[in-house]
Amino acid sequence: MALLTVDELSVTFTARGRRDVTAVSGVSFDVPQGEVVGLVGESGCGKSVTSLALMGLLPRRGVRLGGRADFDGTDLLTLSPSRMRDLRGRQLAMIFQDPLSSLNPVVPIGVQVTEILARHRGMKGERARKEAASLLDRVGIPDPDRRLKEYPHQLSGGMRQRALIAMAVACAPRLLIADEPTTALDVTIQAQILELLRELVDQEGTALLMITHDLGVVAGLCDRVNVLYAGKVVEAAERRPLFSDPAHPYAHGLLGSIPRLDAPRGLPLHPIRGSINDTIAWADGCAFAPRCDHYTLECLEGTPALAEPAGLGQPGHLVRCVNPVLDSSDLHTPLLEAPVPVASAEGDTAAPSSGAPAGTPSDTTPDTGTTPATATDGEPGDAPGKDTPA
Amino acid sequence: MLRLIVRRLLQLIPTLVGLSVLLFIWLHRLPGGPTAALLGERATEADRRQAEALLGLDQPLWVQYGRFLRRLVELDLGTSIRTGRPVWEEFTMRFPATVELALAAMFLAILIGVPLGYFAARRRGGWLDIGAVTGSLIGICIPVFFLAFLLKEVFAVVLGWFPSVGRQSTGINATDVTGFHVLDGILTGEWDASADALWHLVLPAVALASIPLAIITRMTRASVLEVLQEDYVRTAESKGLRRRVVRLRHVMRNALLPVVTAIGLLTGGLLSGAVLTETVFSWGGIGSFIRDAIDGRDYPVLMGFILFIALIYVLINLLVDLAYSVIDPRVRVH
Amino acid sequence: MGSPVSNTPNHPDDREGPETPGTPELSGPPAVPHQAEAPSPVGGDRARRASRKVDRIDRLAELTARRETTTGAGLWVEAFRRLRTSKMAIIGACIIAVFVVLAIIGPWIAPYSPTAQSWRGEVFPNRGLFVGPRGENWLGLDHLGRDVFSRLLVGARQTLLVGVVATLIGFTVGALIGGVSGAALVLGGRVGQRIDAVIMRFIDMMLALPSLLLAVSIAAVMGQSLTTVMIAVGVVQIPIFARLLRGAMLAQGGSDYVLAARALGVRRRRIVMAHVVPNSLSPVIVQATLALATAIIEAAALSFLGLGNPDAAQPEWGVMLAQAQRFFDQAPMLAVYPAVGIIITALGFTLLGEAMREALDPKLRS
Repeated sequence: MALLTVDELSVTFTARGRRDVTAVSGVSFDVPQGEVVGLVGESGCGKSVTSLALMGLLPRRGVRLGGRADFDGTDLLTLSPSRMRDLRGRQLAMIFQDPLSSLNPVVPIGVQVTEILARHRGMKGERARKEAASLLDRVGIPDPDRRLKEYPHQLSGGMRQRALIAMAVACAPRLLIADEPTTALDVTIQAQILELLRELVDQEGTALLMITHDLGVVAGLCDRVNVLYAGKVVEAAERRPLFSDPAHPYAHGLLGSIPRLDAPRGLPLHPIRGSINDTIAWADGCAFAPRCDHYTLECLEGTPALAEPAGLGQPGHLVRCVNPVLDSSDLHTPLLEAPVPVASAEGDTAAPSSGAPAGTPSDTTPDTGTTPATATDGEPGDAPGKDTPA
Repeated sequence: MLRLIVRRLLQLIPTLVGLSVLLFIWLHRLPGGPTAALLGERATEADRRQAEALLGLDQPLWVQYGRFLRRLVELDLGTSIRTGRPVWEEFTMRFPATVELALAAMFLAILIGVPLGYFAARRRGGWLDIGAVTGSLIGICIPVFFLAFLLKEVFAVVLGWFPSVGRQSTGINATDVTGFHVLDGILTGEWDASADALWHLVLPAVALASIPLAIITRMTRASVLEVLQEDYVRTAESKGLRRRVVRLRHVMRNALLPVVTAIGLLTGGLLSGAVLTETVFSWGGIGSFIRDAIDGRDYPVLMGFILFIALIYVLINLLVDLAYSVIDPRVRVH
Repeated sequence: MGSPVSNTPNHPDDREGPETPGTPELSGPPAVPHQAEAPSPVGGDRARRASRKVDRIDRLAELTARRETTTGAGLWVEAFRRLRTSKMAIIGACIIAVFVVLAIIGPWIAPYSPTAQSWRGEVFPNRGLFVGPRGENWLGLDHLGRDVFSRLLVGARQTLLVGVVATLIGFTVGALIGGVSGAALVLGGRVGQRIDAVIMRFIDMMLALPSLLLAVSIAAVMGQSLTTVMIAVGVVQIPIFARLLRGAMLAQGGSDYVLAARALGVRRRRIVMAHVVPNSLSPVIVQATLALATAIIEAAALSFLGLGNPDAAQPEWGVMLAQAQRFFDQAPMLAVYPAVGIIITALGFTLLGEAMREALDPKLRS
C-alpha cells in the first residue's frame, strides 16, 4: 500500500463565460513511503496543477476536481478546507519553483520558519527560535542565528531554496512535493539542492513527489518516473527502463532531444516538433498524435489505454500508446551513463545525485569517464563557499 | 536612519527657497498690485504711493525678497493686509482646526477604505466588489464642495442629525489646551465637550474623506489582488498556517506598502479639499481663512500659506518615506 | 516551450488548410501527418471516420496558426480589442460621446436663449420663490429667470472646452518637460543627468503645492476669466504628466530592446525618438483621459471659490453650480443639475481612462 495513491485525478478550470479547460484528465500514480517519484513533462502538461490539487491549493471557485487522491486512507480531494489546513505543513509539505518569489519579502526568514513550528508543533519563543536555527543548520545554511534575522533579499538563491526546504521539512512531513525546485537555480546549486533532498528522503523515509521537466533531475533522483503529456500519464516506469527503453514516442522523443557531446559531427538533433499547443482532445485519440512520428489512424480511435506493451518485458512499465517504440537502440541517452555506477552503489549517499545536472546541455560530459561528481558535488558543509550572498 | 532624515531635510532647503522666490515674484505681479485691495477703488495715485512706501513695497523686488527671507527665518511671515495681524499668528491659531479635520478625514478614509478594499478583492466580482469599485469611481468624480453642500443640506438642515456649521455648539464651555477640541475634552475630562466637537466633526470629515477614501479603497483592492497572486501567499498556505496569519502577515503586510505611499501623496489633495470643505461648514480653520484671503487678495497670507503647505507636504512625505523604510526591509538603508 | 525548428516536411504548420480537397476515401499523404513507414490505414469505413478526425487535426492546426498571428499583434491593437469587450470602456465612451455631441450641437437645439432673463418677473430669490420644472421650461428657471435646460445644453460646450484646453496645456507642457528630462537621462552622459536633476527638482517643487492652491495663485495673478481657469487647471497637471512620461521613458530606456538597439549601433537620438518615446506614451495618454475628468472638477472648484468665469452670461456648469449654491436651501435642484452633469461627464472620462489603463497593463495581458 503506497502512502499516496492518486487515482484518475482530473482538474478542470471552469471560468464563467469561457470554455472549460481540462488541465489534468485522469492522472493515476502511486508514491510509496521513502521513495522518490518523478512527474515529468513539458510546461503546460498539468504537472504543477496536479501538485497544487494534491495540496489543496487550487482556488475553490472555478475549479472542478475529479478522481481520488488517497493519502494514508483519507481522500485529499474531498477533505474540508480546515482539515486540509491541519494536514498541510504537518503531513504534506511543498517546495516551490522560484525561491525568491516564494518567500515573503517583508518578513524575516526566522518568522517564516517559526510560524510553521508554532502552528503545527506548538513551539513558541526561544524554543521555536532554537528549533528554527537547527532546521536551517540541517539544510546547510551557515550561521543560522544571523540568517534568522535576515530578509529573503539578503540571501542567495541557493540559500533561499534551502530556507524553503527547511520550512517544508520543519514538521517532518510524510510526503514532500517538490515542484521544479531547482529550475531557478545555478547548475552547481542545483546539484547541492538535489543532494539535500536525497539526504532528507534517505534519512527520514519521507516520500518525495518530484515534479520536473529536467530529465537530468529525474535520472539523478527518482526511483520511479511518470511522464505526463497533456494532462495524462503516457508512460510510467522505473527509472532505468524508462531511460534505456522509453516506449512512448513522446518519452522517446524527450530523451532523443538531449544534445550529446559524442554524437558524430553533422548529426542533427531530434527535437519533438510542434509545441504542447498542437494537441487534440484525449477523447478523440492520442493527444500527442499531431506531433508524433509514429502516428497512424489507430491513434485517433479514442484514448489509448495505459498498459504494459507486449515485447518490453519489464513488469510495471506502463505505456499509453498504440504504436509503442519497442526498439530504442537508436537512442543513446547520456544521462544514465554517469549516474548509474553511483546510483547502483546503494547506501552510498556521498554523491548519489551528482550526475543530475548532467541533463543540462552545457556540462554533459558522459564519455570522459571522470565522475562529474567531482565538479558539482557539494557536501552541505562546503556549500557556504558558493552559497554566501554577494 | 538619522542620516537619511538629515539628507532629506537638506534636500528640502533648495526646494523651499526656489518656491519662495517663485511665489514672491508671482504674487507681486498681481494686477493692480497688493495695495488695490487694501485701499479700495477710490484711492488716488498718491494714496497708493504712500501705502506702498509704508509697506516697503516701493523698494526693488530683491530687497523686498531679502527682507522677506530674513523674516521667514524668524517665523515672521509678514502681516495680513486684511486683519492687520501677523500671518504666523493667524496660522497657528487656526492650524489645529484644520489638522483635526484633516486627521479625522484621513482616519475615516483609512479605517473604511483598507478593509473595504481588502474584502472587495477577496470576493472579486461579488456585490461588495462591484459596489466598492463603482462607489470609488463616483467618489472621485463628485466635486468635494458639492458633496459637502449635499451632506450639510440633507443631514444638518433637513434631517437635523448633525450641526451644520462650526466646531462647537454655543454654550459649551470647553477649556482650550491643544486647540484640538476632541482631544481637549478628553484631556480635561470634559466629555460632553469632546462629544460635541466630534458631533460637529462628522459631516465635514465625511465630505473631506470622500476622495482619499475612494483612492485608498481602489489602491488596497488592486494591491490585494496582486498580492493574492504572489507565490509567497501560496507558500504560506502550503504551510497550513491559520487563515488569520496568512491574511495579516502575508497578504496585508505586503498589500499595504503601496497604500502607505499613496497616503503621503494624498495629503496635498486633502489640504485643497480642506479649503473647500471648511468654507461650506464655516469651519474656523486655515481653509476658510484662505478663501477670504483669496477674495481680499491678502498676498502675505497667500504666500505664507503656500510655503507653509509646501513644507507640511514635504514633511509628511518625508515621514512616509521613513515609515516605508521601516516596513519594507528591501529599501532599508544600511 | 516554443516550437522547435523542424525540417520535417509534415510539420503540422506546414500543411495546407482544411480546404485541401478532402477526398472522402483515403486521405492523401499531404493531409495525414504520418510518415511513410507508418502502417497504411485499413478499411473504408474506419478510414473515413479517421479522415474526419484528420480533418479535425487540420482544423486544429489552422486554429493554432491563427491564434499565433493574433497574439503577435501590436500593443495598441490588442488594447483596443480588450477595450471593446470592457463594460467600463463602453459605458465611458458612450457618456463621452453624448457629452461631446451635446457640446457641439447644444447651442442649436437649446429651446431658449441661455442668457435671456425672459422670465425675470417670475423668480424672486430674495423671497425664496423659484420656478421648478414645467412644460415651458423643462428644468425650471434659475435665479435670474433664465431657462435652466437651455443653459445646461449650451454650458456643455464651455465645460468641455475648459476640460480639453486645460488638459492640452498640462499634456503639452508636461510631456515636453518630461520628455526632455527623460531623453536627457536616456541619452546619458553626465550633462544629461544634470539636466534631468534640475528639471526634476523643479517638478517636485510644483508637486509639493496642493493643486487647488497652485490654481488659486495663478488665478489670483491673472484675474478672473475663463482663460485663467483653463491655464490654472492645466498648470496643475504639468508635473503629473512630466513625471509620468519621464518615468515611462526611464523604464523603456533600461529595457532589453534599447540595449539591443544600442549594441547594434543605432544612433541614440534615433533610439529615443523611434523606440523610447512611442513606447512610453501609453501611460501618458491614459493619464490625459483621467485628467479631463479632474480638470472639469477642478474648474468647478475654482468657480466655487469665486475665481471662475466672471461673465455670468456665458453658461458653464461649474459656474452654474457655484452660483446655485447660494440658493441651495430654496432650490437645491438648481445646483443638482449642473452637479450631476459634471459628475456624469467626469465619470465617463474616468471610466474610459481606467479601462484603457487596464487594457494597456502588461500584467493583465496573457
